[in-house]
Amino acid sequence: MQFVTQDESQTMAFGQQLGQLVTPKTLILLDGDLGAGKTTLTKGIATALGVKRPIKSPTFTIVREYLKGRLPLFHMDMYRLEDGDMSSIDLQSYFDQGPVIVMEWSVNVLDQLPEDYLRIKIERLDNEIDSTKRHFILEAIGEKNNELIEELKKTSFSG
Amino acid sequence: MSETEQNLILAFETSCDETSVSVVKNGTEILSNMIATQVKSHQRFGGVVPEVASRHHVEIITMLITEALEKAGVTYQDLDAVAVTKGPGLVGALLIGISAAKAVAMAYNLPLIGTNHIAGHIKAANLVDKVEYPALALVVSGGHTELVSMKTPSDYEIIGDTRDDAAGESYDKVGRVMGINYPAGKTIDEMAHQGSETFDFPRAMMKEDNYDFSFSGLKSAFINTVHHADQVGETLDKNDLATSFQSAVVEVLVHKTVKAIAEYQPKTFILAGGVAANQGLRQALTEAINQQFPDLKVIIPPLRLCGDNAAMIGAAAYQQFLDQDFSDMSLNAEPGLEFPYEGE
Repeated sequence: MQFVTQDESQTMAFGQQLGQLVTPKTLILLDGDLGAGKTTLTKGIATALGVKRPIKSPTFTIVREYLKGRLPLFHMDMYRLEDGDMSSIDLQSYFDQGPVIVMEWSVNVLDQLPEDYLRIKIERLDNEIDSTKRHFILEAIGEKNNELIEELKKTSFSG
Repeated sequence: MSETEQNLILAFETSCDETSVSVVKNGTEILSNMIATQVKSHQRFGGVVPEVASRHHVEIITMLITEALEKAGVTYQDLDAVAVTKGPGLVGALLIGISAAKAVAMAYNLPLIGTNHIAGHIKAANLVDKVEYPALALVVSGGHTELVSMKTPSDYEIIGDTRDDAAGESYDKVGRVMGINYPAGKTIDEMAHQGSETFDFPRAMMKEDNYDFSFSGLKSAFINTVHHADQVGETLDKNDLATSFQSAVVEVLVHKTVKAIAEYQPKTFILAGGVAANQGLRQALTEAINQQFPDLKVIIPPLRLCGDNAAMIGAAAYQQFLDQDFSDMSLNAEPGLEFPYEGE
């Protein structure tokens, strides 16, 4: 599934749409450069989950937990785990708590991820640096996430 | 307890990069403050590595306890309480400090105090000068940008917060774009003093009627500027970039802080957190306050107390000691611990 959003408010709207469809243990892997809109999308998801506090960047803290919404939301950034020898970082203990997880820079922990996830890639369009347009590419692994994509296809973000 | 009594707190801080153990007397006097930093081992990874951090904390914490007690010239029997950072921070790292603190508390039958890391940054002021209340603090670090109001020594309320990136984090992110090693704050601060403000970067949320901050737009503008130049084969002066970036960050921080001081009328203003080490920010804030609020007491802890250290935890825990705000052995890490927002 892929589509284009015209500006930040549409990226936010897509996040809100997605936030209504996630269930416990939904793992969303978010790929995109600095400034691509990963935080905006996460804000949309959080809003739909009823999180009231601002969504702040998890880059420094690695994990930010939002526990007061419809479902717990963990926003994680694996950027700082750029290392080949991370076998004992206890990511599993985060998965085991069953929250919705939005994970950035998952490439750094690929071998520790569960077998089903939704991967969302956000790209700038036409190589235009100032452009607000973003190309979204969604890939679902696992039955639950395939169903989620089918539901998304029924929305205005059908591409 | 009488005024003359000495209350000694053994304090632990292991929330992130540093492993630190300290002995603090009456919440104001540092008898020892041992800090083991791991920034060097992290540089090649571009940041904090929790698992490496946890392993490192375990290895050195027992050694640090011995050193802290020796340096302070006291024994376990002289202590009155044990304090430890319970959050916010990385869960694995926090648990190392908590386990060590519990072990000491249990073995020597001492009260255990679980302390908020951000309260520690603010209460570092007590190690410098007497704080008079109500007080207002600007906490700026890698993970935080908060204006905190304190009506009493025991109350903390967030009146302004970042909506996205923390100030310190934005330094590290633009540093990444300029090829500067983590942590980038100090280098950018130095570069900023050598350049001039030639780029017009945005100042977010200046006109809005609140005390919140946003640094994400500034980060994007910075990245776009650098990428544009790369595309057309132009080389930008990095010092000028640093100056322009730092001016934008500092101007917003100073503007909102001055506005908050005018409304809340604190008796003491405290600049706290790792980014408080930034010379540009120290200078601009001090100048603005001296000009507009000449009678306000300003406390900016020295550089060695701005970064993470256990003495600040001992200082914050002392108020909890007076309040009898103790924890039992079920004390757990609270990785997402935050102060309440005003009116929450």
